[in-house]
Amino acid sequence: MSTATIDQAHAGHSTHDEPTGLWSWITTVDHKRIAIMYFITATFFFFVGGVEALIIRMQLWNPEQSLISPELYNQLFTMHGTTMVFLVAMPMAVAFFNYVVPLQIGARDVAFPRLNALSYWIFLFGGIYINLGWFIGQAPHASWVGYSTLTSSAYSPGLNTDFWFIGLSIIGIASIAGGVNFITTIVNMRAPGMKMMRMPLFTWMTFVTSFLLITAIPVIAVALIFLGFDRTFGSVFFEPAMGGDPVLWQHLFWIFGHPEVYILILPAFGVISDVIPTFSRKPLFGYPIVVYAGILIGFIGWGVWSHHMFTVGLGPIADSFFVAATMIIAIPTGVKIFNWIATMWGGSVQFTTAMLFSVGLLAVFTVGGLSGIMHASAPVNLQQHDSYFVVAHFHYVIVGGAMMGLWAGLYYWFPKVTGKFLDETLGKWHFWTTMVGFNLTFFPMHFSGLFGMPRRIYTYSAELNVDLYNQLSTVGAFIFGISALIMAWNIYRSARRGAPAGPNPWNAATLEWSIPSPPHHYNFPEIPVVRSREPLWNAGEREEVLAVTMPDPAEEPVMPVPSYWPILLAFAITLAWALVMTGIWWVIVLGIVPVFFCVLMWAFEPAFPEGH
Amino acid sequence: MAHTAAVHDSPDAHASHDAHATNTGISNFKLGFWTFLASECLFFGTLISTYMVYKGSAIVGPYPADLFDILHTTLSTTILLFSSLAMVLALHYVHEAKRNVAIGWLFAVIAMGGAFLYLEFQSYLKYIGYGLTLGSSTFGSSYYVLTGTHKAHVAVGMIWMAILAWRIHQGKIPPSKSDQVEVAGLYWHFVDIIWIVIFTLVYLIP
Repeated sequence: MSTATIDQAHAGHSTHDEPTGLWSWITTVDHKRIAIMYFITATFFFFVGGVEALIIRMQLWNPEQSLISPELYNQLFTMHGTTMVFLVAMPMAVAFFNYVVPLQIGARDVAFPRLNALSYWIFLFGGIYINLGWFIGQAPHASWVGYSTLTSSAYSPGLNTDFWFIGLSIIGIASIAGGVNFITTIVNMRAPGMKMMRMPLFTWMTFVTSFLLITAIPVIAVALIFLGFDRTFGSVFFEPAMGGDPVLWQHLFWIFGHPEVYILILPAFGVISDVIPTFSRKPLFGYPIVVYAGILIGFIGWGVWSHHMFTVGLGPIADSFFVAATMIIAIPTGVKIFNWIATMWGGSVQFTTAMLFSVGLLAVFTVGGLSGIMHASAPVNLQQHDSYFVVAHFHYVIVGGAMMGLWAGLYYWFPKVTGKFLDETLGKWHFWTTMVGFNLTFFPMHFSGLFGMPRRIYTYSAELNVDLYNQLSTVGAFIFGISALIMAWNIYRSARRGAPAGPNPWNAATLEWSIPSPPHHYNFPEIPVVRSREPLWNAGEREEVLAVTMPDPAEEPVMPVPSYWPILLAFAITLAWALVMTGIWWVIVLGIVPVFFCVLMWAFEPAFPEGH
Repeated sequence: MAHTAAVHDSPDAHASHDAHATNTGISNFKLGFWTFLASECLFFGTLISTYMVYKGSAIVGPYPADLFDILHTTLSTTILLFSSLAMVLALHYVHEAKRNVAIGWLFAVIAMGGAFLYLEFQSYLKYIGYGLTLGSSTFGSSYYVLTGTHKAHVAVGMIWMAILAWRIHQGKIPPSKSDQVEVAGLYWHFVDIIWIVIFTLVYLIP
């Protein structure tokens, strides 16, 4: 079947079967709609976190400037980090999990559609909650790692840290629910013939990331509970005068925090592992090795947390172990990079915007990986710790890695979501302003850091002679800001007037491209049978798959019914956590009642229409 | 373990949406719950590790040796362990469609859970009387938050069992929907196992 005939078949398809309007979005349990809401919300927070960063960069334009107060500066860098990690990079990856994974494995939805909606609403309410502090001038201010004892009642007497620990606890619930949901979906709901080792790489990396989510988030949850008890009920977990150990916080935070780094990067690796083969017209080089490397990164990611703590003084044996473990992680990561390069090697490479972002990730992430190996070495780390060198490093891996990968995914899957292309000219502007702005911002930080500029300090001394580097960074940051505006304009414009894309505009190999764009709300009229890793690239298999995925069904598949309980339960959970702020035990206990009520109503509400 | 659980799936369970034709043959509900329990392991693992790390770090008393009464805790532990047997029997009679017997065993679970909580809160009161509070020492903080979290899990389990008993009474849980009871059972056994770990590490090791 040629692309043209698929387009004609698609022209007859209407979406009259789908309800529209605000209420239908509030009560939706459709993974595709939830994905769109995740993406829009995360993009909104991206601009919030971006503006925070730009104010920071303006303050650092000249040494000893006082554009903003030190206290406001603390709030800005804390919320910039917290926002970008928890409200941008993670949920944006989850947006792609949601949209793409069920389509890639040939499922009609995720395993728990209502739980999925709950995850989104909790993320939204938690994200709003953690930002509420801005409106009373008491935004979180103890950095995104919230080191003890900066967060204790003695050193943070206001509500700042309360917003932080409560907000993060709320958001954590969304992540665990999401992890459970995607593991179950991927293990249980694959189309016939879709063996694990035939799954697209993006689905694989979602799977590994989900395991990291369900194992890492509980650790930070407990740490936040300890912090909450210390602040609200007078326990002494992190109270040195009573025998409490602030280093325990660091351990718990980084036992979560390092797997978190891979939670951020693995989805991006998954995206480009799908994008690069598509635009090289070649199957992924060494598929099983790329899968195993991803799993290995997930595993080793659990044993490296103390490399964030070399300056604590854990002793030479502990330090040596974590140095070795950290350096070993470079091996599976390097393997992946070589596999991607080998995929492009000899292929007919097509530099679409999605491909540019993928190749850009390879280059920029590798720079971040190399500086990572530098301070993986404990003695070197002692010099670089808490300096701008580290800021440069982790922005290279998280912005240059995670975000670039997700933007590649945006250009790649946007036609599937909307049925329209993102504008390629604007896309190339987006890519090149990102590359220039990003590198101009963060490359000079390697130098300002090595010359001794500490991070998280609201200004720097003129004697350090790092003015030039800071000014370059500030100029770069604004160029980077412009690139984000180009992206937003491109999304807005293309969603309305983009060139129409057929079901498979990139001529890609995997199942999500076998159905109309945008897909029906039930995804697949009939579930196709899969016989290889690239079902749409194999003659014969392609026709068999399209024969069941393209036509309209005689009778529409039964889908889960919409529900307002997810948004109500999410609100009840947010409210219950917010009441912890009162510090009055019976108010807190009372807060559980609405949660309990919503859980009950949810449990008794049928997930499917009556009679099914 | 998941495989033995799958054996209980009667064929008509596959008529329900939850269980239709999954890759593993295990319903989404059950697999999802196993996954959630994996997450809970890390949750309790962190709480227990913190207790162990803080062991001996209290700089003011009372200390564990002054407070723990092994006999008392052994009694509450035994009761909680036997509640797991009642849970197994409740599930068995749901499979057999003997509703009233199943409800009886669920009440036994609730009663034993209640007895466990009663005995444990008795010790809480005793310890508070001796001056061990949330803020008195790192021992107090880590002990109360660890065991308190476990008690909250027991309480949630009891409410869950009560709801199941009511649903069985209404005839809404036929053998084909025994998954609902089985998953509640997974949760109850998990809470039990966690207590065995706590009992060993907190009470038995001096």
